[in-house]
Amino acid sequence: MAYDYEKSIRPGKLPHIWCPGCGHGIVMKGLIRAMDTCELDRDNTAVVSGIGCASRLPGYLDTCTLHTAHGRAAAFATGIKMAKPDMNVIVVGGDGDGTAIGGNHFIHACRRNIDMTYVIMNNSIYGMTGGQFSPCTPTGAKASTTVYGNPDPTFDISKLAIGAGATFVARGTAYHAVQIDKLIAEGIRHKGLAVIEILDDCPTTYGRRNKFRSVIDMMKRLKETAVPVTAAAKMTEEQLEGKVLTGVLYNTEKPEYTEQYAKLIKRAQGA
Amino acid sequence: MSAKAEIEIIEKYCKGCSICVEFCPTKVLEMGAFVVEVANADACIACNQCELRCPDFAIKVHKL
Repeated sequence: MAYDYEKSIRPGKLPHIWCPGCGHGIVMKGLIRAMDTCELDRDNTAVVSGIGCASRLPGYLDTCTLHTAHGRAAAFATGIKMAKPDMNVIVVGGDGDGTAIGGNHFIHACRRNIDMTYVIMNNSIYGMTGGQFSPCTPTGAKASTTVYGNPDPTFDISKLAIGAGATFVARGTAYHAVQIDKLIAEGIRHKGLAVIEILDDCPTTYGRRNKFRSVIDMMKRLKETAVPVTAAAKMTEEQLEGKVLTGVLYNTEKPEYTEQYAKLIKRAQGA
Repeated sequence: MSAKAEIEIIEKYCKGCSICVEFCPTKVLEMGAFVVEVANADACIACNQCELRCPDFAIKVHKL
């Protein structure tokens, strides 16, 4: 039998709104498989998002969902986790939502190491609002607001998350679909903040401004630039020029925020 | 060679992005006028790559 995705999707919601060839659908399938792997109770799982193409994802899922203000997904999700520490909280969103408008919430969720999973779909652009450049748009790339090429250096989301204090950081791509659910499942099982960055494609607002003539060109870019961390260890710096590492990039243990907070409450109550 | 799986295309979900056509290792699928079509069913090796990479939930691979 083929994989049963329908049981996790709200009836009548397909086809989704994403453009032909947009990788967000591939990531949503990966997320569904990961939730199945971890046997998450759908009534005890909250999927939270901000605004953007990627943030439309919770609307399709038959779990508890929350669609919040632009960039504020991590803040709302922190609220859910503090109120119900036993709930599985998954945040989804794009690079613009997560690292520009919501950059502050993102780094502080990382710093607190609160037990959530943040799936960030990095398509290098603000797709929904018309292709404005985001902090993840490559230097020199064209966007609707950088018609002569983007002068800004880019954020490396995974390094940002590690630097800010996240305890599990992994990166995958929409092309490497088999790996997505494994990375997300590992993130869900991890105690503490897990950031899963999925490199994605936006053929509509990024691709056609940047000489990717088709969806396939964009997918091939993901295929060619990704190097697994295990393979990268055997490669020279020259070979790694222009490549991005995929797989589990960082995994450590630190005190988790809701547990620390529960201890603080007990201490303050004189227990 | 006999097919290892039966491929079901849900036409109302397919947006014709052709990711499945491009990355099928045995070239089972082909682009039709608007949506993807199974052109060479016998060559299917049931690798599931088309189903995994379909962003639109439009392909189901039923292993035989």
